[in-house]
Amino acid sequence: MDYVIQTEQLTKRFGTFTAVNAISFAVTRGEVFGFLGANGAGKTTALKMLTGLLTPSSGRATVAGFDVWRQPEAVKRRIGYMSQRFSLYEDLTVRENIRLYGGIYGLKRAAIRVKTADLLERLDIGAYADQLVAGLPLGWRQKLAFSVALLHEPRIVFLDEPTSGVDPLTRRQFWDLIYEAAHAGVTLMITTHYMDEAEYCDRVSIMVDGKIEALDTPRNMKAAFGAEDMDEVFRLLARATATND
Amino acid sequence: MSISVQNISKSYGPVQAVKAVSFEVLEGEIFGLIGPDGAGKTTLFRILASLLLPDAGQARVDGLDVVQDYKALRRRIGYMPGRFSLYQDLSVEENLGFFANVFGAHIRDNYDLIRDIYVQLEPFSDRRAGALSGGMKQKLALCCALIHRPRVLFLDEPGTGVDPVSRKEFWDMLRRLRASGITILVSTAYMDEAALCDRVALIQKGEILAIDTPRGLTAAYRHPLFAVRSDDMYRLIRDLRDLTPDADCYAFGEYAHLVVPGGGSPSAAILQYLEARGHTGVELLPVQATVEDSFIDLMKNGVWTT
Repeated sequence: MDYVIQTEQLTKRFGTFTAVNAISFAVTRGEVFGFLGANGAGKTTALKMLTGLLTPSSGRATVAGFDVWRQPEAVKRRIGYMSQRFSLYEDLTVRENIRLYGGIYGLKRAAIRVKTADLLERLDIGAYADQLVAGLPLGWRQKLAFSVALLHEPRIVFLDEPTSGVDPLTRRQFWDLIYEAAHAGVTLMITTHYMDEAEYCDRVSIMVDGKIEALDTPRNMKAAFGAEDMDEVFRLLARATATND
Repeated sequence: MSISVQNISKSYGPVQAVKAVSFEVLEGEIFGLIGPDGAGKTTLFRILASLLLPDAGQARVDGLDVVQDYKALRRRIGYMPGRFSLYQDLSVEENLGFFANVFGAHIRDNYDLIRDIYVQLEPFSDRRAGALSGGMKQKLALCCALIHRPRVLFLDEPGTGVDPVSRKEFWDMLRRLRASGITILVSTAYMDEAALCDRVALIQKGEILAIDTPRGLTAAYRHPLFAVRSDDMYRLIRDLRDLTPDADCYAFGEYAHLVVPGGGSPSAAILQYLEARGHTGVELLPVQATVEDSFIDLMKNGVWTT
């Protein structure tokens, strides 16, 4: 199996509090993986470790073939990130955003030039290249943000509530983009509080109190819990600790 | 009638945020404004809460005009904005006390209204509001919006950033408030939350597409609709879009939804088509439309004439 994320007993403690408690899981190439959990379940801490922003207390994790503890900078160069709520700088133009992110992801100036031309053509937004992102329709902005997250050809893109707040048609176009990227071999790691977004994932994991309490396809999970939808699965799993603090 | 909105319009410079919107909400109803970001939901809330003047049209809340009677109106409404707007560096208890004071209300007089939610906050009553989790912030904001016992409650996207367990508790709470006679206008961008409202208005680009009960909305859906899956979903969606010129297929959770407007393709023909294209593990079943399917159809084909 071609694993893009692999963790073994990955743990993070803050003082006496164990935020992430020995989680072990693997995500494969081209998989759309939903990483779910209640507020305070340890999801954000786990993601910070997987993106090289936080050092694990114990256990290990490799992302895109690099150890998150020993090679966090190499990890950062091979991942992309996009959030629906914030991704592009609205007061920069389309072209400036591409250049900024290209630079952040360490692309050479010549490469950024080639990528910019290619991206503008593929999205058919050449006419808007020098306009502020703030003026773009939401659907376009979203496609641009996703393309920018893919600019440096990452092996994995982290998406935070990727389709929240958009209309249902734009939402469908966005899932088309996600599936297309997955088909091309990119791994998509999706975090969301909305369980209907979870239903679109190949597999999902649900964290409760720092542990992964369930990991399977949405279909198998619903069958295992005798639940109608993922919302019900989530509530059944998290109910025991519903104080969410 | 608890809320009456007639031809309300509002523009920000060249942008028409709300275009001649009209709807009515009955007393003791949970009414949902369902639509994406930028649909005009927040603008409507701000107008109804008397925080923004409409360019045209009229609106009454609990019998009071939102422009003429704004002072009296503000005592009768509770407003929970989409962005967390309590004092981050006051404690839970101090925030509640502050909002009670502003309205000249006493916590003990109205405690019955918020007890169910506030008991969950009490262990953290000394904690700064800014240090609460998303779910707890939402509950505190609801308590502060209720502490002067309003007749009408405005909740602008209360579910944002809140996990499913807290969101469920929140909606259970809204139903208890409804039982006590409070009218609730609530907005969300998530179509599946529509099912939790008594009636909803679907709103897009400042215009209302439809107003109905959630069940009425899905029952009015006019096309044959199928849920389909196969072992290769990526190819399945592409293939189904080629089925007939007007066929539409979109991802819908673990299935894809297939719309066949003409109704000319019975299941057997679709199955045959997919088999010919080499699909395996195919499942095909007719399904009832969801609010999201209805919204998509309304966006594509305009307002239904029922």
